[in-house]
Amino acid sequence: MPSYVIAEKCDGCKGGDKTACMYICPNDLMVLDATEMKAYNQEPDACWECFSCVKICPSQAIEVRGYSDFVPLGSSIVPMMGTEDVMWTCKFRNGVVKRFKFPIRTTPEGAANEYAALKGKDLNSCLLSTEEAEGVTLPQPTQLA
Amino acid sequence: MSLPNKPLGELKAVRDPEVIEKEVDILIVGGGMAACGTAFEIKKWASDDISILLCDKAAMERSGAVAQGLSAINTYIGDNAIEDYVRMVRNDLMGIVREDLIYDLGRHVDDSVHLFEEWGLPIWKKSAEGKSIDGKAGLKLGTLKSGAAPVRTGKWQIMINGESYKRIVAEAAKKALGSDNILERVFIVELLNDKNDPKKIAGAVGFSTRENKVYIIKCKTMMVACGGAVNIYQPRSVGEGKGRAWYPVWNAGSTYTMALRAGAELSMMENRFTPARFKDGYGPVGAWFLLFKAHLENGLGENYAASDKAKAELQRYAPYGTAAITPTCLRNHLMLFEMKSGRGPIIMKTSTALQKLGQTMDKKELKHLESEAWEDFLDMTCGQANLWCATNTEPEKKDSEIMPTEPYLLGSHSGCCGIWVSGPDEAWVPESYKIKASNGKVYNRMTTVEGLFTAGDGIGCSGHKFSSGSHAEGRIVGKEMVRFVKDNPDRKPELKESKDELVNLVWKPVRLYLDNCAYTTAVDLNPNYAKPAGMALRLMKATNEYGGGTATYYQTSSKALDILIDDLLFMMHEDTDKLAAGDLHELMRCWEIYHRIYTVEAHVRHIRFRKETRYPGFYYQADFPGQDDANWFCFVNSSYDKATKEWTLKKQDYVKIIS
Ligand SMILES: Cc1cc2nc3c(=O)[nH]c(=O)nc-3n(C[C@H](O)[C@H](O)[C@H](O)COP(=O)(O)OP(=O)(O)OC[C@H]3O[C@@H](n4cnc5c(N)ncnc54)[C@H](O)[C@@H]3O)c2cc1C
Ligand code: SF4
Ligand code: SF4
Repeated sequence: MPSYVIAEKCDGCKGGDKTACMYICPNDLMVLDATEMKAYNQEPDACWECFSCVKICPSQAIEVRGYSDFVPLGSSIVPMMGTEDVMWTCKFRNGVVKRFKFPIRTTPEGAANEYAALKGKDLNSCLLSTEEAEGVTLPQPTQLA
Repeated sequence: MSLPNKPLGELKAVRDPEVIEKEVDILIVGGGMAACGTAFEIKKWASDDISILLCDKAAMERSGAVAQGLSAINTYIGDNAIEDYVRMVRNDLMGIVREDLIYDLGRHVDDSVHLFEEWGLPIWKKSAEGKSIDGKAGLKLGTLKSGAAPVRTGKWQIMINGESYKRIVAEAAKKALGSDNILERVFIVELLNDKNDPKKIAGAVGFSTRENKVYIIKCKTMMVACGGAVNIYQPRSVGEGKGRAWYPVWNAGSTYTMALRAGAELSMMENRFTPARFKDGYGPVGAWFLLFKAHLENGLGENYAASDKAKAELQRYAPYGTAAITPTCLRNHLMLFEMKSGRGPIIMKTSTALQKLGQTMDKKELKHLESEAWEDFLDMTCGQANLWCATNTEPEKKDSEIMPTEPYLLGSHSGCCGIWVSGPDEAWVPESYKIKASNGKVYNRMTTVEGLFTAGDGIGCSGHKFSSGSHAEGRIVGKEMVRFVKDNPDRKPELKESKDELVNLVWKPVRLYLDNCAYTTAVDLNPNYAKPAGMALRLMKATNEYGGGTATYYQTSSKALDILIDDLLFMMHEDTDKLAAGDLHELMRCWEIYHRIYTVEAHVRHIRFRKETRYPGFYYQADFPGQDDANWFCFVNSSYDKATKEWTLKKQDYVKIIS
């Protein structure tokens, strides 16, 4: 199934007009049942198990159950997103538990420098804006056939 | 009396959508790695009076192939010679590639990687003692740009902590372009040619998957970069697992179909990619081979790839087969040989590899190694990590099976199908690789349709760009599109189709549904229309059985291709008129199927045209086994005429540039 929503935990993103899971799913799978105000995966066999919805849900209401046609039951992998790291808890079918922590970014969210003030000069050269600004000379192939 | 019908999905489609008409100078279709590169670069060159719009079918923060993250950047030139990069790509793709495009990409790709690191992407570093340090701790060693050493797995790949890779790259792109210039959840359906000159691009039409709205957008120039194509062949998994294709299930061949229907020439569409990955979960194998030095064994426990027989087989494909790095397709070829001879399944010896590495490591280092192995999955294929957990697979104790996937079409990974584009306007680039616009000027990465550009998976004949190269290529296009607009100040795009015609086109599946859904008691079963879910299966069954899918170990033949193209696909095209959608999600699925059919048709038509087997291991044309350099050492290009529905295929000369 891929991603499923735990009924008790989902609050429909507090009735906002844009739920987090629906906003993020690259395959347009998460929708909100407007009467129940709960989200669900409308096409489980089109789920890539990309965990984008799991990672973004503010209520930790989404988890993943492995694809029923080849994954044995009983395991789970659950991410906890921080601002700098992600923590994974991986539970094996036989009870073994492994925990991992990996960095996700080294700058605060929103800090990526888009070089708003940078303006290119020579539109007819083959240099990109940052290369031009740094005075790069465009390499030319020398080992010709 | 029929029972009330209720369409699936929550966002019901109404008969008459709102129509939004827009006119911009530059339109960017897609929001993946390439489009993020374009979005970052373009305003550096555009003056404030140039208007730009980007449409993505999803949210840029997690759209396209990098949505889930990646654990490596596969193209970073670093200290290598760019010429060697060209040679590597050429060898992997069996000789026939556009060396101008590859060289050009190679000289810009590192600049994008340096930006990623500056924006916050953690890149692993190698310490003075030769140890791997993760991207956060490794910052102490400095940035790549300042000279710190990356952790190389192969000659070209570097390791990253890439869970948030796409979020970081999209953040810079969105800030640079400005959120007012971005429409997310808009699926583009068709590109539109100019009324006064059908060889020029003039706009695009699409719809919102969130609101009942059709978008008609006019533009002077455009880039289409919607990734490659998946679910064009029956996946190995049949139920829920259909979603776990290796290639992300949301890229539906929109790039190729839309460009083709706009008149652009496609090139090397016969090339495909059937990566050998961990079976069912399709987790990455690169780090296992390159970083952990694991090897494969057949079912008899033999290291088959190292056998004399394998070497003799590779010799038949010299010089490619005998190069230091065996081409991807030939590695599959050797694997398939074992499987077909009953010597499967193929097993990756993860246990031996980790135990061997463990011999020289202390406990802490071993723990780190285990963590690296799991990160490789958790950063980019979470489902594979879950499969290991579910099957009690601790890789140091239990080995895993490897399997080649169903075929995908793409131009930026280890494949090279796509659109024929112009190379850069420089003296070393052969004239036959340059495409001139009507003003006599050459625009790098422009297709054969004037004003239409593409990048990333969209460009043919030049694979191995990967995430970093696709971004750099998108940036090249950003600059070129501004140049195009500046060079054509008087250009006034005009559409041939009326507003009603365009709305009818996009909305046809909805109207067909509403006109007929009350006839039966179950909305999915109706003689007057076909739901996209059924059509998707019909397409994949046909290609799988006749077009060299997994069903036949990737083998096809002239006769099988005739049946597929002239009969099955022919009728499928006719039946796309009967696609029906009850909600906006289903409307997107209808259009995806439509895009998939043309894309895979181009693929099998190219295979039929090329009378040799250029990529053994990816596909086999049984009537023409083996390579025929005397007749087929050339590109194959195809085009399609929307009005007459005719396809034209031709040979296009290959020119060797790099020694
Ligand atoms: C499974 C996998 C693993 C990979 N691993 C690595 C790796 O380890 N290292 C590495 O460097 N590279 C890797 N790559 C390669 C890298 O992901 C691609 O080269 C890169 O993403 C290509 O960029 P793109 O912009 O062409 O396509 P994408 O990034 O896929 O973007 C396509 C965009 O088009 C949008 N779109 C699609 N259809 C439409 C439509 N009709 N209308 C509007 N928008 C649309 C999508 O939403 C998306 O925004 C991997 C690729 C895959 C598939
Ligand atoms: S993001 Fe979480 S809380 Fe919000 S609607 Fe989705 S499942 Fe419910
Ligand atoms: S796991 Fe990914 S594909 Fe599946 S519903 Fe969540 S966001 Fe969508």
